[in-house]
Amino acid sequence: MAGILAALYSGPLGAARGKDPERDRFILSKGHAALALYAALHLRGDITRAELDSFCGDGSGLGVHPESSLHCVDFSTGALGQGLSMAAGAALAARLQGSPRRVFALLSDGECNEGAVWEAALFAAHHKLENLTAIIDLNGQQAFGYTEEVLSMTPMPERWRAFNWEVAEVDGHDMPALAAALAARPAGRPSMIVARTVFGRGVPFMEGRIKWHYWPMSDAEYALAMAGLEKLK
Amino acid sequence: MRKSFIETLVELAGRDPRILLLSGDIGYLALEPFAEKFPKRYFNCGVAEQNMLGVATGLAEAGFVPFVYSIATFSALRPYDFFRNGPVLHRLPVRLVGVGGGFEYGHNGLTHYAVEDVAVMRAQPGLTVISPADHRQGRTALLATWNAPGPVYYRLGKDDTTVIPGLDGRFERGRVQVTAAGGDLLILAMGAIAREAAAAAEALRPDLACTLAVVAEANPAPAEHLALLLEKFKAVMTVEAHYLNGGLGSLVAEIIAERGLPCKLLRRGIKTMPSEFSGGEAYMNRAYGLDSASLAAAARELAGGRK
Repeated sequence: MAGILAALYSGPLGAARGKDPERDRFILSKGHAALALYAALHLRGDITRAELDSFCGDGSGLGVHPESSLHCVDFSTGALGQGLSMAAGAALAARLQGSPRRVFALLSDGECNEGAVWEAALFAAHHKLENLTAIIDLNGQQAFGYTEEVLSMTPMPERWRAFNWEVAEVDGHDMPALAAALAARPAGRPSMIVARTVFGRGVPFMEGRIKWHYWPMSDAEYALAMAGLEKLK
Repeated sequence: MRKSFIETLVELAGRDPRILLLSGDIGYLALEPFAEKFPKRYFNCGVAEQNMLGVATGLAEAGFVPFVYSIATFSALRPYDFFRNGPVLHRLPVRLVGVGGGFEYGHNGLTHYAVEDVAVMRAQPGLTVISPADHRQGRTALLATWNAPGPVYYRLGKDDTTVIPGLDGRFERGRVQVTAAGGDLLILAMGAIAREAAAAAEALRPDLACTLAVVAEANPAPAEHLALLLEKFKAVMTVEAHYLNGGLGSLVAEIIAERGLPCKLLRRGIKTMPSEFSGGEAYMNRAYGLDSASLAAAARELAGGRK
């Protein structure tokens, strides 16, 4: 999902605007991935290196899940299945205020187990919230296993089409494809970008492995992982 | 209280364009005045209360003041986690309206009885919890709190005619409203069930002279004012259409215990899960000892030997 955030934060969310009411909104509905969000916010200039390094330290404002008490985080998340509803409300607010601002929400595929995601899907389509763009990080994994084994969401794109969303399917590691999908503005319906990704991409010993949802790295594994990522450059 | 609440909301919405009304497909013969006057500011969100709370959070973050309306069990309990992680966590001015405390949805049974909503709501820091005793107080309380910082939970009764004698629609934050004076016993009541407490207090005169006070603000608790009252009495009876744990009785117990007040407490509320049978509100109140006759008997026993 780092690629998805990179596409967002080098594209539509490229400018740091603090809590400017007219900024576009972003909701990391899969809040447990906040570390990647903090990195994007650091690269955008919202968070200093020292703040970034405080991640999960005692008393740090940068915990596992993002908090809107941070000047550059729009909504607090962490309880899966809640972000899309807030995004729909933010998109409806923009329309009521006659504002051109857009709203982006990033969900996980496991998160779509939550029924409330589908309540929000109904609502956004019913109200034709064309200023709402959601992205699903479809890596096929959740905490305890592969989604196919835990609770199948297949076929994901068809499910969203059936809910009257405009659906684009992209390789979630293809930066130009992500940028193009984020730039698209279909009329009259909300957008869903189903981004197929490989969990742990670039780190061979992590790719597609369930245990790395939770497992911490040793120093040696960290060095190995960084070497793997260097090769992606 | 629904009718006067919505009428008051229409007045406020005419003055302030930030006010919106969201409903979970509930409010027939109640919400129409708002929906007809402000069709573009009224959203029937369907039977999807979790999403409704999430949407309200997104709207409030952008500067709106959304009122979110349903039967109390469906507005307060079903999407509780969305309320907690949304308006409460973000300190946003969402106004959650729950209709029907206690047995007001009589024959509909436990799924429709809000009997723990005050307990779970008053646990939340920064959340104002308002439970008016009659429709006139409901209006005053709405006028006093609709623009308060942070979220508000309103627990509204369905009765739009009965008034509590002596209350005269009064409401003031941080205060309780004394509606009858007497030196023998203190009765504290929350919500529409205050009418039964008032009738009990009236029936006990002149043998037993009770002070009756309405507690309409459950969070933050009007602790200082309550303590001043409690200090004057040897015994207090709390009355609520709510489980005993976590509601008004618990709130008063906390004040008595923390301040070491020499005041005996009798909590009257719903003691067991009302799941075996249902019935009309009056029947259910009698079955659970919350009718005026049962309350009067309990008050007499509590005060017995203490005069």
